[in-house]
Amino acid sequence: MPKFEYAPAPESRAVVDLQSSYGLFINGEFVDGSGASFKSISPATEEVLAEVSVASDADVDAAVKAARTAYTRVWSRMSGADRGKYLYRIARILQERAREFAVLESLDNGKPIKESRDVDIPLAAAHFFYNAGWADKLGYAALPGGANPQPHGVVGQIIPWNFPMLMLSWKIAPALATGNTVVLKPAETTPLTALLFAEVCQQADLPPGVVNIVTGAGPTGQAIVDHPGIDKLAFTGSTGVGKMIARAISGTRKKATLELGGKAANIVFDDAPIDQAVEGIVRGIFFNQGHVCCAGSRLLVQETIAEEVESRLKRRLETLRVGDPLDKNTDVGAINSKAQLDRIIALTDVGEAEGAERWDNGCELPSKGFWFRPTVFTGVSQTHRIAQEEVFGPVLSVLTFRTPQEAVAKANNTPYGLSAGIWTEKGSRILWMADQLKAGVVWANTFNQFDPTSPFGGYKESGYGREGGRHGLEPYVKGTH
Amino acid sequence: MARVDVKKTYKLYIGGKFPRSESGRSYEVYAARKGEFLANAAQGSRKDARDAVTAARAAQPAWAGATAYNRGQVLYRVAEVMEARRPQLVQEVRDAEGLTAAAAEAVVSQAIDRWVWYAGWSDKYVQILGGLNPVAGPYFNISASEPTGVVAVLAPQESSLLGLVSVIAPVIVSGNAVVVVTSADRPLPAITLAECLATSDVPGGVVNIITGKASEIAPWLASHRDVNAIDLAGAAGADGVDWGALEEASAENLKRVLRPAGTGADAVEPDWTATPDLSRLTAFLETKTVWHPKGR
Repeated sequence: MPKFEYAPAPESRAVVDLQSSYGLFINGEFVDGSGASFKSISPATEEVLAEVSVASDADVDAAVKAARTAYTRVWSRMSGADRGKYLYRIARILQERAREFAVLESLDNGKPIKESRDVDIPLAAAHFFYNAGWADKLGYAALPGGANPQPHGVVGQIIPWNFPMLMLSWKIAPALATGNTVVLKPAETTPLTALLFAEVCQQADLPPGVVNIVTGAGPTGQAIVDHPGIDKLAFTGSTGVGKMIARAISGTRKKATLELGGKAANIVFDDAPIDQAVEGIVRGIFFNQGHVCCAGSRLLVQETIAEEVESRLKRRLETLRVGDPLDKNTDVGAINSKAQLDRIIALTDVGEAEGAERWDNGCELPSKGFWFRPTVFTGVSQTHRIAQEEVFGPVLSVLTFRTPQEAVAKANNTPYGLSAGIWTEKGSRILWMADQLKAGVVWANTFNQFDPTSPFGGYKESGYGREGGRHGLEPYVKGTH
Repeated sequence: MARVDVKKTYKLYIGGKFPRSESGRSYEVYAARKGEFLANAAQGSRKDARDAVTAARAAQPAWAGATAYNRGQVLYRVAEVMEARRPQLVQEVRDAEGLTAAAAEAVVSQAIDRWVWYAGWSDKYVQILGGLNPVAGPYFNISASEPTGVVAVLAPQESSLLGLVSVIAPVIVSGNAVVVVTSADRPLPAITLAECLATSDVPGGVVNIITGKASEIAPWLASHRDVNAIDLAGAAGADGVDWGALEEASAENLKRVLRPAGTGADAVEPDWTATPDLSRLTAFLETKTVWHPKGR
């Protein structure tokens, strides 16, 4: 099949005004960290974008104290209506500066501009807009506390690098709407949009200390988890770290929401609309380079159509455009970091060594930066590591099944339980399957859809608590678990 | 001459049957007030707990798959059977908790009423907690609650019947199966409750009751990988039980943990006579959200 040639269509970087170095955002101001600093690079070019402070234990302590003071003196005394107005302001400023955020996100993260521009940033703004309206209506939300739900106080939030701004909005918007103040740590490879968000807080005149942003790696996160002034934690990241957090707060009264890993089954029945299903499979695993906890990383296809689906899928993957994240025609961007690329390489090597058949789309890759071709493994069995472990990259494992019961058994045969997909034209089968699947989000005849009104979160070792919707308010008020 | 009455052997309740502990052990149970001997209770072991988890896992899907109306009727039936056994329950609560006859009557009444309250929730909480989500796109999107699976419960040490009912009913009404470790010193009302459950169409394995020491059994439940959640209510006042350590062990498979009441590291037994809210029910639910496109 001939490939269409596209002229380069780069989005301009001029909209982003990068500083050479960034401090920490504590008590409404940027301050120098007391520790070292680290460089945030563009994973597409390995270009250094900025120097960022590593928040030390003392810096985290200062941030927690600022958050506590803001909570006690200002935020907990403010009416819900006024809290809501600040959140509305933030939502509006994010919309006004959307292109700037999108470009910076793609620079720092490596994701295609069409995703940061059309998904990440609009959704982030929408989360603030949605939660803003809850701030003065919490008594209607059927929350613990009834007519007058009470916030925890100071919330520590630790977010991953795959959707930096979107995860920030999932964390900060409901926390502030319910009356908490926050100390948030963005991921060490993608701190820049969170620091730009600090500017938004300033533009919105958000009272100092209500939002504090501390940058750094694991030790900074650990300092937040262990700080006695933190009342609640919200973490999105790996199941391994999630378990560490659960252990760290055991025997205390700190609460936690954990959004962790996944190994979602995307199940295609023989009566599915194949072309739509192929698009859904692609969206399920190659969206955001597969750096998605709810990615449809296991394709379960009914045996009778397996060959046809595989060949149509491969044909489609050959048309995917891999490259410059800022090019408006790019479908698959850069792998977020060298460390993540190494993990993907290691696990895919194991896939081959264990006997699965490896295929990739053979596309050219840029000479600099971190890249991985869209890859499909066929002949995968349940015991293969690529069928059990989260690759967190553009790698699909294909398994087959014969009956709906077998599909359910295979789909649920994982310690994870975040998401699942079902492709069939039969309505009753969709509803039966949806009942059987142990997953917090089930997409039927679609995949990887997100919305501020729609609760998101996992069963089993994919974590606990929900984010989004009315359900997403619950972990931020007292009386929950 | 007075008739020699027939005394009951108090055994475990696992998978709908009443076995002795596989360990062959029992321990003496005494009345709270004057300390007279009441019975030998089975002293449950690690193996009993594991058998109970296996029974619970096997029973759970069908229980969750029953209609909410059916679960509600079955649980209401438990209250009916408890009412019929009222004299026995009153006597056992009197002995266990050292209450007056009137106080024990009141406790049993409240325990029965609590079953009725939770039974009525079976086909209602899903509507309260979930519903249609108005997403910004052409999709049907709905969130509904589901049971989390197999739940381990440390029953209260003090409140031998009302507290026990208050921790079992909210777990099973949604379709979970439960493994209960009873009060160590006051286990007898729990076994009589098991007899009520066994004659109330509650399927075998949905409720499993182990008498004995929480300090011995709870660590195995907390670290068991096929247990989805754990209620640590009974850690309060339990000899040798460190609820923080149990919570830490529970992190291995990210069990949902319902901590005991209290502040800091302290665990206190709450006042079970207080009107309950939905929190013990919602602690053992998962939210599932389903999307489907709309189109012509």
